[in-house]
Amino acid sequence: MSESENGTLVWKRKHLLTLEELSREEIVHILDTAHGFEEVSTRSVKKVPALRGHVVVTMFFEDSTRTRMSFTLAAQRLSADILDFSEKMSSTKKGESLRDTARNIEAMGVDIMIIRHGAAGSARSLTESVNCCVVNAGDGQHEHPTQGLLDLYTIRQRKGKVEGLKVAIVGDIAHSRVARSNLHALLKCGAEVTFVGPPALVPGVFRELGAKVTHDFDAVLPEMDVINMLRIQRERMTSNAFPSTREYVRLFGMNAERFKRCKPDVLIMHPGPVNRGVELSADIADGPNSSILSQVTNGLAIRMAVLFLCQQAASA
Amino acid sequence: MSTLLNKNELVAALERLAADIAAALPQGAPLAVVGIRRRGETLARRLLPLLEKVGTPSQHYGVLDITLYRDDLTTIGPHAVVRGTELDFDLKDTWLVLVDDVLFTGRSVRAALDALTDFGRPQAIRLAVLVDRGWRELPIQPDFTGLRVETTRDQIVKVMLEEVDGVDEVELHE
Repeated sequence: MSESENGTLVWKRKHLLTLEELSREEIVHILDTAHGFEEVSTRSVKKVPALRGHVVVTMFFEDSTRTRMSFTLAAQRLSADILDFSEKMSSTKKGESLRDTARNIEAMGVDIMIIRHGAAGSARSLTESVNCCVVNAGDGQHEHPTQGLLDLYTIRQRKGKVEGLKVAIVGDIAHSRVARSNLHALLKCGAEVTFVGPPALVPGVFRELGAKVTHDFDAVLPEMDVINMLRIQRERMTSNAFPSTREYVRLFGMNAERFKRCKPDVLIMHPGPVNRGVELSADIADGPNSSILSQVTNGLAIRMAVLFLCQQAASA
Repeated sequence: MSTLLNKNELVAALERLAADIAAALPQGAPLAVVGIRRRGETLARRLLPLLEKVGTPSQHYGVLDITLYRDDLTTIGPHAVVRGTELDFDLKDTWLVLVDDVLFTGRSVRAALDALTDFGRPQAIRLAVLVDRGWRELPIQPDFTGLRVETTRDQIVKVMLEEVDGVDEVELHE
């Protein structure tokens, strides 16, 4: 990391793999760059030529709607050409390894690979097989860096700052890459993070990463500036770790009754998709304190910034 | 190093630019002044009161970030900082004056024209620059010029403005 002559940071990474490895300055630089991109989506022609002639491929080995669409649209707004690799119709079903698949795709002249994979560390191991840029769109239970960035961006946008804020992240922390990416980004930017959920889903070991841990949501409710409600991921759940849904809602669901005990300007976040009536009641999800839809909008600007910065670093 | 314009000369050059723009503006045309980030933006903002003084107030003001339109992104590399464009008016039918500090190869202006095209279709676009130092690589010429100066290819024209650099001066560096 170094500084240019006018004092701004010079971005040097061609991959975005984790937020854990980024400095605070690098994180802020991505947010600032994203701010510059926000305006592009308000134009009548919602396109800039920054990645014209470059090829971006999305490789999603796990289901995703908004992340894949958001990355695709971000690449399109930068005028890149987009390829979509779909595992269901591909040769990985014929036994081809990820490494061989990636090298074959790269041989077509790909500049940026966006990968989501069920294995932690898959994005990083991909960088050892290919020369192009790699952007992590979620690797197992490890990290989901662009989600962490867009959440941070949304907090900064709505609260005007991040430093000193108290942020609760509620739900299945143990299985959540969103929680990990959020934790790293928030701590680096000076927020205080509390993980909230049932003991089996929020093990005390997270204290070692710098988070506070509690299993009593109601006790910390009144002091929180931001409450990020994670999705209950049934697909990652082993049966006996999880209380019944009704039990979960009673202890950790955000509803009108709990909301009354929050700060009046509390920001309610959710990375989506929302299980209405589980993590959030409908009136809260659609209420004025909710930032769910701005998170989606901001995700586009963040992903444009990430693609742009990585490509810049690669061609420098 | 030699000084091309001191503070007073810089102010005078801007006043001349404003007068030239006012004289060229077609009767009744809505004037828009758009600066290229960053120093063109500052110059454009300074032109606003000067234009008002000569009786042709600008009806619109905007800022253009051309970073995403440059054809030399790979050579300026990761130094490029995206700050965003601010054009909160309809370009259609405006008489738009594009403002930049130094005209050199013409590639910034080419990028700015591309960017403007994405926002709309002004009735006309004119180019105002504080310093024209020659060495064009594209068929682009200024309509309004504060100072024309002979340079060699390797010299650097440095425009410093109080709002950005703390001092008003234009220097020629070897």
